[in-house]
Amino acid sequence: MSPIHYVVLSVILFVIGGVGVLVRRNAIVVFMCIELMLNACNLAFVAFARVHGNLDGQVIAFFVMVVAAAEVVVGLAILMAIFRARRSASVDDANLLKY
Amino acid sequence: MTTLHTVAATGALKLSWLLLAFPLFGAVVLLTGGRRTNRWGHLLGVAMPVAAFVYGVIAFFTLIGASHRSQDVHLYSWIPVGGLQVNLNLLVDQLSICFVLLITGVGSLIIIYSVGYMSHDADRRRFFGYMNLFLAAMLLLVLGDNYLVLYVGWEGVGLASYLLIGFWQYKNSAAVAAKKAFVVNRIGDAGLTLAIFLMFTEFGTVSFTGVFGSVKSGGSGVATALGLLLLLGACGKSAQVPLQSWLLDAMEGPTPVSALIHAATMVTAGVYLLVRSNPILAVTPDARVAVALVGTVTLLFGGIIACAKDDIKKSLAGSTMSQIGFMTLGAGLGPAGYVFAIALLLAHGFFKAGLFLGAGSVMHGMNDEVNMRRYGGLARVMPVTYVTFGLAYLAIIGIPPFSGFFTKDPIIGADFSEHGAAGKVLGTCALIGAGITAFYMTRMMFMTWYGKRRWEPEGHPHESPPVMTWPMIVLAIGSVGAGAFLILNDRLQKFLAPVVGVPPTSEGVFSLAGLVALAFALVGVALAWVMYGRVPVPSEAPRGSLLTVSARKDLYGDAFNESVLMRPGQWLTRLSVYFDNRGVDGLVNTLAAAVGGSSGRLRKLQTGFVRSYALSMLAGAAVLVALLLVVRV
Repeated sequence: MSPIHYVVLSVILFVIGGVGVLVRRNAIVVFMCIELMLNACNLAFVAFARVHGNLDGQVIAFFVMVVAAAEVVVGLAILMAIFRARRSASVDDANLLKY
Repeated sequence: MTTLHTVAATGALKLSWLLLAFPLFGAVVLLTGGRRTNRWGHLLGVAMPVAAFVYGVIAFFTLIGASHRSQDVHLYSWIPVGGLQVNLNLLVDQLSICFVLLITGVGSLIIIYSVGYMSHDADRRRFFGYMNLFLAAMLLLVLGDNYLVLYVGWEGVGLASYLLIGFWQYKNSAAVAAKKAFVVNRIGDAGLTLAIFLMFTEFGTVSFTGVFGSVKSGGSGVATALGLLLLLGACGKSAQVPLQSWLLDAMEGPTPVSALIHAATMVTAGVYLLVRSNPILAVTPDARVAVALVGTVTLLFGGIIACAKDDIKKSLAGSTMSQIGFMTLGAGLGPAGYVFAIALLLAHGFFKAGLFLGAGSVMHGMNDEVNMRRYGGLARVMPVTYVTFGLAYLAIIGIPPFSGFFTKDPIIGADFSEHGAAGKVLGTCALIGAGITAFYMTRMMFMTWYGKRRWEPEGHPHESPPVMTWPMIVLAIGSVGAGAFLILNDRLQKFLAPVVGVPPTSEGVFSLAGLVALAFALVGVALAWVMYGRVPVPSEAPRGSLLTVSARKDLYGDAFNESVLMRPGQWLTRLSVYFDNRGVDGLVNTLAAAVGGSSGRLRKLQTGFVRSYALSMLAGAAVLVALLLVVRV
């Protein structure tokens, strides 16, 4: 299998994630879609690292994983707090911060 | 033509600063001492001027005995900058010592009188503090040896005048009158300021000796400009037309203030300035004519106003204007008139202060009633006031041998021999002025002292206490004798000759003009007797002729100022405000509204929906990628 297939798979995953972020209302699902986009990126990094024959992309993938883990910690905590306060996990309901 | 040479002071004159120090000390103690000085404040307020007077007498006799009578006391080097050297020096010479004696002597008498007059006033201490402040400033004015120090005193007396006119500041009329006096005086002060600037740029010095020494070589243009600017300054301080309007309103102050500041001393500062600047006037006949003209117009103007006023103080104020007009006219005649201007000034200090104190005594006994139509028949009730007032009356209208005859008539006589044909016109006006003086003063006498009693019997008019009558008696003696003492044997003339020059010819005392002036005065007296002595005076003012109505309104002086100066000024400010609001503010406000409005609309993009933000981010990223691709290709 040539690396281009991995890149194509990464694009497909990224688009699924992006569409999910835009169309879904449930914050948990939106969150999972973001994770999906991050991992699509990771796949692309690793694939291009293979293409170029060095480890830069793989190192970046580790960084992305760390950032994603941190983001999950903070994001889920916020989600918990919002759900406790409003009894809803819909991102459209949490629209108080506006003009 | 005289020039000023001074020598360093010797002997007792070295202590001339005491003249300033006494009243200044009194003012500082009384104005900062607070309530604990209430009990003895007026005693200190009297003691300081009297001490200054005693020193003034010592200084006078020291000066008489000195070989050189123009002595300079160096106190302090005030502005030593490069080419400009201004010292705080006191100049004790023949002219300034005359003023020192007048200011401290008449000032002490009036302040003693005030002890009685102000005895019921809760703020008596403050009054004495201001009076001392005034005396210190006035003495600085006449003792300064350069125009800048004179200017400090000039402004100081303006301040004291403002504070004392507005002494009863809870009365709106008093507060307004004080403000008016200050504002009108500023216009005159601007003239004096410009004159000092001009001296500095042209001669590089502001001292009397320096300016007088170089004014001759400075050209007549500079001298004329200086003369006219000094005249403007004198007009403001001495209430001469066109800056006369403040003096009538200034009568809102307590009567001793009117007597001291607005009759005897401060308002004569303008005459002092002109006489002191005689070497400048000597170079410029044009400015002298202007001075004489201003004096003549004012002496008629003030006299006509005085004829129509029923308020005794305002009538006296019009009279003061008129008499200072005589002095200014004298100062405009050159060496022939300076001596008589000063003689009239000194005599006027006595008789006008006496008249004001008499008026104050009447008011004191009549519950502060000032309307002469409510007086009448007071001669029996207040005999001492009546006699002193009467002597001052005889002095002011120029009956021989009282002082007005010796001092005013020579000015009228000198008119006819100066300024050619113009002098004849000025002299005729002055003769008419003498007649008017006799008319309004006789009118005042009849309305106040004779005729039917027009006051309420419950008022209980009474003679004033001795502390008030004694100063009046002393001033009355001065009114009787001062003129003869000064003029006979040419005493004042010989004394002042080194300062103001020797008159070309002396006509003698009983000149033809003097006799004609006496005839005019007698006509004025007779006319007043026909109108106010023979027939009873109505308690309510009759409507009167057109002239009377306009004279009651100060000959429309205020109306003129309002329509010519105040209204256009207000229009100008309104126009500026309109331009500021609509023009400047309009531009800025439009800009701010445009920014505010557009940002208000842009704000609506912040909807709060996370997913719409995500969509715009996606769109942005897509555009960015597309752009990169386009650029790459």
